[in-house]
Amino acid sequence: MTTIAEQGEHRYVLNMGPQHPSTHGVLRVILEMEGEYVMDPQPVLGYGHRMHEKMAESRPWPNFLPNAARMDYLSALIYNHGYVGVVERLAGIEATPRAEYIRVITSELNRLQSHLLWLGVLVLDLGAFTPIMYTFEDREKILDILEDVTGSRLTYCYMRVGGVVRDIDDKFVEGTREFIKWQRSRMPMYDKLVTGNIIFRKRIEQIGEFSPDLARRYGLTGPVLRGTGIPYDIRRAEPYSVYPEFDFEIPTETTGDCMAAYLVRVREIEQSLRILEQALDKLPDGPAMAKVPKKLKLPAGDACYAVESPRGELVYHLTGDGSDTPYRMKIRVPSFSNLSLLPELCRGMLLSDLCACMGSLDLVIPEIDR
Amino acid sequence: MSPEMPTGFFPPELLRILFTVICAIVIVFGNAVVMGYLERKLAGRFQRRPGPMEVGWHGILQLAVDGVKLVGKQLMVPKQTDKVLYRLAPIISFAPAIMPMVVIPFAPNLQGRDFDIGLIFILAVVAINVLAILIAGWSSNNKYSLLGAMRSVAQNVAYEIPMLLTLLSVILVTNTFSLRGIVEAQSGGAWFIFFMPVAFLIFFAATLAETNRAPFDLPEAESELTAGFMTEFSGMGFSLFFMAEYTYMFIACSLTTILFLGGWSGPPLPYGEYTSALWFFAKVYSLLLVMIWIRWTFPRVRFDQLLNFCWKYLVPFSLVHLLVTAVVVKL
Repeated sequence: MTTIAEQGEHRYVLNMGPQHPSTHGVLRVILEMEGEYVMDPQPVLGYGHRMHEKMAESRPWPNFLPNAARMDYLSALIYNHGYVGVVERLAGIEATPRAEYIRVITSELNRLQSHLLWLGVLVLDLGAFTPIMYTFEDREKILDILEDVTGSRLTYCYMRVGGVVRDIDDKFVEGTREFIKWQRSRMPMYDKLVTGNIIFRKRIEQIGEFSPDLARRYGLTGPVLRGTGIPYDIRRAEPYSVYPEFDFEIPTETTGDCMAAYLVRVREIEQSLRILEQALDKLPDGPAMAKVPKKLKLPAGDACYAVESPRGELVYHLTGDGSDTPYRMKIRVPSFSNLSLLPELCRGMLLSDLCACMGSLDLVIPEIDR
Repeated sequence: MSPEMPTGFFPPELLRILFTVICAIVIVFGNAVVMGYLERKLAGRFQRRPGPMEVGWHGILQLAVDGVKLVGKQLMVPKQTDKVLYRLAPIISFAPAIMPMVVIPFAPNLQGRDFDIGLIFILAVVAINVLAILIAGWSSNNKYSLLGAMRSVAQNVAYEIPMLLTLLSVILVTNTFSLRGIVEAQSGGAWFIFFMPVAFLIFFAATLAETNRAPFDLPEAESELTAGFMTEFSGMGFSLFFMAEYTYMFIACSLTTILFLGGWSGPPLPYGEYTSALWFFAKVYSLLLVMIWIRWTFPRVRFDQLLNFCWKYLVPFSLVHLLVTAVVVKL
């Protein structure tokens, strides 16, 4: 690598973050700039490193449940789902059907609120302040619904091996149905206010384009990958829980730019609403918790469990050694791979486009650092 | 205050100068307070929240409390700044903002001084602000500030051109640079906005860019440059920039009102010589409301789009407009 001095005096280094309005967390990006152009962005990670994987290996497995919620604070329930899923798979436990439905319902609500927050934040990164307040109004409704049943608003610790900690009631079902109606009525407004906005379109169309091939090389998953035309969604590609029972589409776009990722996510909101509707209709009766031995030891062996987080493929890989403490736990988080694309994607880009790109990758930094 | 008043230096004249200066300062500060409150309240309304509510009735004293807070803050000068320029920048930005108040005709008898070149005077004085922003960005010793300042200079220089070209269209019709003359040329409801709506739109777009307002607020683009050229300023340094911004918005909207909306003209009022200032302020604040509305609705444009918009659309259109106006006037 050549140094700045060799490349000419007109290059300078701009330090973006760890405290910067559009890195949304403690991400630091060292930008080598030429005027307003970013010549070489290098992300610096680790400001929020809390050794989650090591923590999983040094204490009995149930103690990791709260940690699962604290990696990606925007999709805590989906992280819950992944962790209980991998333990169940390793220990050979089946959750009750009702619990599986409740898991799907709460996960989809969680995905919705993550997408809504992302929608507001992306537009905020582009300089419009108002949409985030509207999406927060919607998001608030989800948080209220989830708070009633899970007891918390952000870092849920709701799912247990064999089921969920508390059964949902009629109030929850009614509230969710009302929310579905409300959210459907809101989407035309976002279409007009955001998607149809000429400045917004000009800002993110044809920005940060990449090919499916590049996406594969970097292991991109989630809406960013689906924006390039590959319909890869864990809910379909490697079905888990009761997702095969629902009828929903995997939205894809072909352009692979920021606009494609945007459109995919906005259309996913509608698909999540569809899943919610069907799940509420089909919700079976029965216990929300299966019979699980009090002292569950993890058998020796490996298990892998992948779930689709709002940002892409989340994989838990758990190795047990017969004790109640995991021998090794590896977590594959989607944002890490998505971020690793940044240097290649944003080379030669304007600073404002870099902000748009980071916004459309939908990075959650604690998930990357974990 | 009538044009016939002798111009020698004697007490009535001195009194008038004092009165004008006090009025100018009152307008500047009053406008900053009203705008600060309006902006926050309206932003709240646009975003379906109440806005400031705590201090006084519906948060009406919020700005006073903010003022006290800002005045009370320690003046921080970061290390390795150019200390003289750093201190000077807010002053250079704010001082020229007061001067145009002298020539703006608020009502037939409410004008500090009618210059024959009032319009050019305002444009010349307001242009000093760019220098202040450049000084602020340079002296802060912060790359974000410098980027913001450089954007500001490029933007202001570019948008000055369509602005002046559309002004010339108006001047061709009125044959005078005097603001009073321009307003009187539009008496009887013959506002220029009806004859040249395109010029009005170009002028308004250019004023948005000149005052660094959204969607052209690139010099302070929070999400990219944290706060642009103001990043390192706090306390009174910041609040002077803040007041200057609102004053420049007021001046820009006053100019738009004078050039295109007939200045003080409107349905007659009692004591119209003075009270028709109400119409003037009503028009100015309607324009300011539009500015606020735009800011809280649109995303920010990108820098190259901003300059493209100016050079590829505004400049050619205003040139054509000038040509058409010249031909029409000649006929």
